[in-house]
Amino acid sequence: MEEIAKPEILLDKLAEQLKTLLTDRSIDQPVMVGIHTGGAWIANALHQKLSFEEPLATLDISFYRDDFSRIGMNPQVKPSKLPPQIDDRHIILVDDVLHTGRTIRAAMNELFDYGRPASITLVCLVERSGREIPIQADVVGQHLHLDKKQHIKLTGPTPLEFVVA
Amino acid sequence: MVNKATRATDTLIGHDTWNIQLDKNGQLKHFLTIEGLSTELLTSILDTAESFANINEQSVKKVPLLRGKTIANLFFEASTRTRNTFELAAKRLSADVLNVNISTSATSKGETLMDTLQNLQAMQCDMFVVRHNASGAAHYIANRVAPGISVINAGDGSHSHPTQGMLDMFTIRRNKGADFGSLRVAIVGDVLHSRVARSQIHALNILNTGNVRVIAPKTLLPTGIEDMGVEVFNNMEEGIRDADVIIMLRLQKERMQGALLPSEQEFYQMYGLTEKRLSLAKDDAIVMHPGPINRGVEIESSVADGPQSVILDQVTYGISVRMAVMSMALGREAGTSEVEK
Repeated sequence: MEEIAKPEILLDKLAEQLKTLLTDRSIDQPVMVGIHTGGAWIANALHQKLSFEEPLATLDISFYRDDFSRIGMNPQVKPSKLPPQIDDRHIILVDDVLHTGRTIRAAMNELFDYGRPASITLVCLVERSGREIPIQADVVGQHLHLDKKQHIKLTGPTPLEFVVA
Repeated sequence: MVNKATRATDTLIGHDTWNIQLDKNGQLKHFLTIEGLSTELLTSILDTAESFANINEQSVKKVPLLRGKTIANLFFEASTRTRNTFELAAKRLSADVLNVNISTSATSKGETLMDTLQNLQAMQCDMFVVRHNASGAAHYIANRVAPGISVINAGDGSHSHPTQGMLDMFTIRRNKGADFGSLRVAIVGDVLHSRVARSQIHALNILNTGNVRVIAPKTLLPTGIEDMGVEVFNNMEEGIRDADVIIMLRLQKERMQGALLPSEQEFYQMYGLTEKRLSLAKDDAIVMHPGPINRGVEIESSVADGPQSVILDQVTYGISVRMAVMSMALGREAGTSEVEK
């Protein structure tokens, strides 16, 4: 398996790419939204690096998962913290690992329950093989080809580390 | 627990098993009584309710968790608060709700309870929320429904009202923290007829509450109440001293047969929660009441509306707790499969 870069190095790379992308798309004052839990850590780090004005927002998508009837309730759902208005705002959605794409679908469903954003940009620290729905990231730290049975998980928040099993 | 109120219903419960609340994986399938459940399960209900409390405080108070599920509210006995909060809980989970008005339904034309239930099953309902004036009614129904249907007890006679018991625990935990061991909780009034008191006592004991007291005249206490692990007081001033939590119960005159009480005025004289009596409890004691409150019968108006009262918070939290129980019972098929990214 290919080597996974250290999260800190990937974070620098993400920050740089995201900055360029926002300039290219002329996006000003975006709302950065981290998906609990790993995505929120990454979003927090990026938020600091890029010194955004708008406070960091977070989403817990447990109530929006499509496998609720299979895996049941997660009793430790954290509150979603979004700005009061997301209509016509540019959202930067951040997660640690993009895999099947189902988490992102759930996150977008939740976002649209709050309003109609002007755009959503997807940022992922790592993008791995195994997509099940047509979702792709706009900014990716590293692409990984992993076997179906392999799992990758980010632990943190300090230090941020990838565990592959 | 042995008392007149439950004894009278033994025939209704008959040979049915009481141990049907949990599925083979130990997860909540029906919620009929708090008695016999584990500390872990009660804590898990409270934790899940905490997640939903956050939803209920947002501007968009709705999640798609139970989309496509149908929940039938079967209230054979009058209720406003409980029925409304069950309905709101189901709607905030995106379930479809059927409010069956029993008094105008076929039951009043002579249809039996089982026939009514079978018709609702034929309408492919996934959950029945049942209130009935007979103790054991929810168990009776849970023992007879199709395997896929969950039953939630919304109050049966003087036996049990488990979601009320849990919302009271949630209220205590939010105000006093998770360490029940250090708490002194006083339950005051008509314990004899109160399914709420029974559920509260079971829950408080399972959560290892330091000291649980009941305060009531002898005529309003079930026999053998001491066996439930409570300290019994017949004097309000003695019982309320240094309490952290005071739970007032409603005087249930509609269930009283014979002269259990001289008069409401006399009850208020002896057991009413007045400002003066409240001052005997801890300074930061909270005042609870399951509602509906009878001002000037159990509680002084200024106490019910005062700074120590959390009576309306109980109503708010009732929605979160009912959302928790409904989602746990209907989202149960679970293995422990890894959450996929």
